[in-house]
Amino acid sequence: MAGDIVQITALSLLVSGTSTLVATLIAVPVGTLLGLREVGSGRLLRNILFTLYGLPPVLAGLLVFLVLSKAGPLGPLRLLYTPLGMVIAQVVIVTPIILGITMSVVSTVERRVKDTAFVLGADRYQLSVTVLREAAAGVLTAIMVGFGRAISEVGAVFIVGGHIEGQTQVLTTTIITDIGQAEYSHAVALGVILLVIAALIYSLLYRLQERTLA
Amino acid sequence: MTMSLAASGLVKSFGARTVLEGIDLRVEPGEIFAIVGPSGAGKTTLLRCVDFLLRPEAGTILYDDAVAPSDLAARIALRRRVGMVAQNPFLFRGTAAYNVSFGLCIRDVEGEELTRRTADALQGVGMAHLAGARASVLSAGEAQRVAFARAAVVRPDLLLLDEFTVNLDPSNVNILEAAVREYNRSTGATVVLVTHNMFQAKRLAGRVALLLEGRIVEVGPVEEFFENPRDPRTRAFVRGEFAY
Ligand SMILES: Nc1ncnc2c1ncn2[C@@H]1O[C@H](COP(=O)(O)OP(=O)(O)OP(=O)(O)O)[C@@H](O)[C@H]1O
Ligand SMILES: [Mg+2]
Repeated sequence: MAGDIVQITALSLLVSGTSTLVATLIAVPVGTLLGLREVGSGRLLRNILFTLYGLPPVLAGLLVFLVLSKAGPLGPLRLLYTPLGMVIAQVVIVTPIILGITMSVVSTVERRVKDTAFVLGADRYQLSVTVLREAAAGVLTAIMVGFGRAISEVGAVFIVGGHIEGQTQVLTTTIITDIGQAEYSHAVALGVILLVIAALIYSLLYRLQERTLA
Repeated sequence: MTMSLAASGLVKSFGARTVLEGIDLRVEPGEIFAIVGPSGAGKTTLLRCVDFLLRPEAGTILYDDAVAPSDLAARIALRRRVGMVAQNPFLFRGTAAYNVSFGLCIRDVEGEELTRRTADALQGVGMAHLAGARASVLSAGEAQRVAFARAAVVRPDLLLLDEFTVNLDPSNVNILEAAVREYNRSTGATVVLVTHNMFQAKRLAGRVALLLEGRIVEVGPVEEFFENPRDPRTRAFVRGEFAY
């Protein structure tokens, strides 16, 4: 019993951590570039993004399920009902969130940041880094919100992971099945773990923000 | 190193409003050149055109008698020879020392040289004791001194100063004016100074220009400009605006 709790918790952290990391690597650079852009040309992308932003996780799960299923385009890779498949589903959910927040915090960084760096001789890349640095607290928030969404998400990992014992069980899916089987104390134990993870993440976030603000 | 600056027929508008209506100007290498003029005359706009932040609609700007190259790398190299302290300078999040080191880091200066030049620049504006202070807690005068050090530490050949001592007390003004003189003397760099304060123009500049409603009305050596202006508008401006 204690052993399976450890395993479930570890898998939750691994899947959500990996997907947040991958999403961050995609979303932060792209979000910065889009946020730096002043007008027009990014509008279509923005609209697509905000649609994805509001995409219900269950639909994202269904979409990834179809893509990964035997008949789907990525069927031959046999990723359905594996942790890697769950990571893919969460990347689809988390990327637009991190991207959207990054874009909006970068675009609200004062014009003067850019002008000042430019006048001091920054090239394009150095300009982006400077703006990103000024927006660091907001970008960190974006990443944390993304992780929070990933670890608490249940629909997509259920569909794509299949909740296979010892293989693709995570905290959220187990809480649901526990309740179905009247395993209330087990469910509560997992719930407490989820809560502790969330509290840790957000206190870390808070401390990082304190340090990077001002 | 130094640089000459020349503008001819420079026009800049915002929407329907033409702010610079054909600026003709030549600043010689190594001189301290002051531009005075009433609020809204277009002084900041002119400096922003020179420092590549604004693109004029017409006219040319010559740096060492050549237009800015279109090649990206060459353009950045030229930009890096021109520095500016903005009116109400913006400081990056971080310490005073971080702000001063910014331009050096961008130019790949590192290690002992980075530390030494940053410390020297802060020292030069009497800010050594606040090197580790966060920019957000600095007073207006301290922030302006950091902004000057940040612009000067990379040794631009052309340094543009936009009301760089506005709102400062006399001792801060003295510190910064001394720093400008020292910078000009030790590097031979050209300095273009925009100011409302005619006493400051007198103290620092060799030549002065009056910018009025988007045009240069008069340019002359400092004594002549103030004691014996040719243009009646200069006479009126010199007489009328002694608010400081
Ligand atoms: N980005 C802008 N958009 C629209 N109008 C602008 C812009 N920048 C400047 N202006 C206008 O251009 C005119 C000249 O502005 P500028 O800042 O160059 O004046 P200035 O001579 O520096 O004045 P001050 O001494 O008050 O700093 C002003 O009337 C201002 O409103
Ligand atoms: Mg101005």
